[in-house]
Amino acid sequence: MKRLQLLLAIAVLAASTGTALAFCGFYVAKADTKIFNKASQVVLVRDGDRTVMTMANDFKGDPKEFAVVIPVPTFLQKGQIHVADKGLIDHLDAYSAPRLVEYYDENPCERRLEALAAPSAPAAGAAGDATSARAKSLGVTVEAKYTVGEYDILILSAKESQGLETWLVENGYKIPQGASRVLGSYIKQGMRFFVAKVNLEEQSKLGYSYLRPIQVAYESPKFMLPIRLGMVNADGPQELFVFALTRKGRVETTNYRTVRLPSDLDVPLFVKAEFADFYKAMFTQQVKKEDMRAVFLEYAWDMSWCDPCAADPLSSEELRKLGVFWVGDGAPTRGFGGGAQDVFVTRLHLRYDGAHFPEDLVFQETGDRQNFQGRYILRHPWKGKDTCQEARAYRRELPRRFEREAQTLASLTGWDVNKIRGKMNLKASGPAESDEPWWKSIWND
Amino acid sequence: MHPAPLPLYRDPRTYQILVLSSLLVYGVAWLDLEVRPGQALLLLSTVLLTQYACTRIWRLPAFDPRSALISGLSLCLLLRANSLLLAVAAAVITIASKFVIRLRGKHVFNPTNFGIVAMMLATGGQVWVSPGQWGNAAYFAFLLACLGGLVVNRAARSDVTYAFLAFYLAVLFGRALWLGQPLAIPLHQLGSGAFLIFTFFMISDPKTTPDSRTGRVLFALMVALGAGFVHFVLYRPNGLLLSLAFLSPIVPLLDRLLPGKRYAWRRARPEIPETPLLEERRFA
Repeated sequence: MKRLQLLLAIAVLAASTGTALAFCGFYVAKADTKIFNKASQVVLVRDGDRTVMTMANDFKGDPKEFAVVIPVPTFLQKGQIHVADKGLIDHLDAYSAPRLVEYYDENPCERRLEALAAPSAPAAGAAGDATSARAKSLGVTVEAKYTVGEYDILILSAKESQGLETWLVENGYKIPQGASRVLGSYIKQGMRFFVAKVNLEEQSKLGYSYLRPIQVAYESPKFMLPIRLGMVNADGPQELFVFALTRKGRVETTNYRTVRLPSDLDVPLFVKAEFADFYKAMFTQQVKKEDMRAVFLEYAWDMSWCDPCAADPLSSEELRKLGVFWVGDGAPTRGFGGGAQDVFVTRLHLRYDGAHFPEDLVFQETGDRQNFQGRYILRHPWKGKDTCQEARAYRRELPRRFEREAQTLASLTGWDVNKIRGKMNLKASGPAESDEPWWKSIWND
Repeated sequence: MHPAPLPLYRDPRTYQILVLSSLLVYGVAWLDLEVRPGQALLLLSTVLLTQYACTRIWRLPAFDPRSALISGLSLCLLLRANSLLLAVAAAVITIASKFVIRLRGKHVFNPTNFGIVAMMLATGGQVWVSPGQWGNAAYFAFLLACLGGLVVNRAARSDVTYAFLAFYLAVLFGRALWLGQPLAIPLHQLGSGAFLIFTFFMISDPKTTPDSRTGRVLFALMVALGAGFVHFVLYRPNGLLLSLAFLSPIVPLLDRLLPGKRYAWRRARPEIPETPLLEERRFA
């Protein structure tokens, strides 16, 4: 009888890819410190025209140097801005991360299967004041000024990019070359600018040693992420994770190809110890294969469950905190383990630069509710000593299987297949019946 | 008397069918177009069956699968649905619209356009179009094939395609210039397979475009502006499809104001003035 046991959440293999945010904004350092923006995580909650965006940031520098400018489609009141707990995004990241599952081959003589899944959670990376008169003369309007959590926030609107650029420079923001042109295009589209800096006093009062994610809620038909500003001062390609939480189904980009990450593949056992490296190498290889012109789908699932679970589904409360406004307000919820219902999660991952991603990302929600996950399989060979006929056939087949796994891994990651073979220690595993002449296996008797 | 049917190799539709089916095979086999072979087969058989049934119901002289096949192939390439039933419904609506929604002896909507838009609006998101799912290589090969088609066929009504291309490029590049965006942005916006299918297979449909050349150029202008409006003012996806669907009912009006010669597929010799039977002209 086939028994499939999934033991959950055992090996947590951290795969920090060293994130530092600036997807849609750019860092504008107050001193001459060079700040790189490499990767970021964004949660987009969307239903109808309502959007709640949470931007996580792994900024490692001096908080005084942190400042970000984000184009937003509408004016934002204080209540529309919020500071979230970083743990929420970490949980969402862990829940949706590519996972490793582990199975043990049954004794071929007994036809019994013991299976074990060891999912892992490779957390993949996861303004100064100016007088309003001066602002006005530059065509810049400071529409609002808030302090939310540890951030000082300004909502700016501007008539022309030169004025905005001058204003930002005069107020101590370091604007990268070429930003003015991008700013101008957003100004003409009627967008506002959300400018955030860290209020050191508030930060020390609150006692956080890191910067918490900023959340904004707005209503606009625009379902997009402005990435162009972030590319202005980017030093090489950037990494972006978009977690979309919607009601109907999977989210995809309408102006870039959305490609599924290769999944459900058998890989050599040693990958367990270096799953983080595997994931990074595989992603890099896939980006190369698609000529850096694709957005990758890494997870698409109904939030009420998972199989296997890399982490528990988020609770209604966590979802609510992330801005999923339709859960928990009397709407019926089902599912298990506190998992909320009526939420579909899409995890998109892209590596981008200006040459390959000239345009801001535009999304659409599709009706597709098919589940998809990045899942990689380890199969432990059976080590028993039985010598029935099936066992002999099984052992004969093993070297071919290992070779297939090596080839799969090489093609997924671009690693050297000979090194993989060496790491797999192919000769050592199982009786080396591969030396038998080929015709021995024809008649099997 | 029927005019002799055009030999296969001279019918522009043969070329179109070849191009679309190669693209579909490529999409299924190499691209992650999310077209499942089963769904494609089902769509194609449904359009052919519907065409056959309608031919019988409306007592057309002969069953002609070519236009239906083009509609079916375009559906396969564009339409995404949550269930096979919805896909079948879209295929039936697509073909039936040609027979049911008619004004002055002409069908009003491009069948594929109508089928997709009607289903998108009616199902509230259960049917959708994925415009971004085309690789670069596929795009350029398809572009060449489409342009090749213009040359090979010298189709009588490619003027609407030229006019639309000119106006739509003007909208995209004009907007980019106004916003001060690099030209890479409008070029990128053109890089969608859905845009090519629309330009070369949908708006060019000689049966649903205005009869006069002035009318066609005017129509192309309106569709280009409409698409720009949907994309850049309303910020909604599928601007091209929506614009064409909502503007198609204007065609009979344009035909009235700017009358011209009605188009028919079958012509034994192009230089002889068209004299197909009324039946032919109405339903082919």
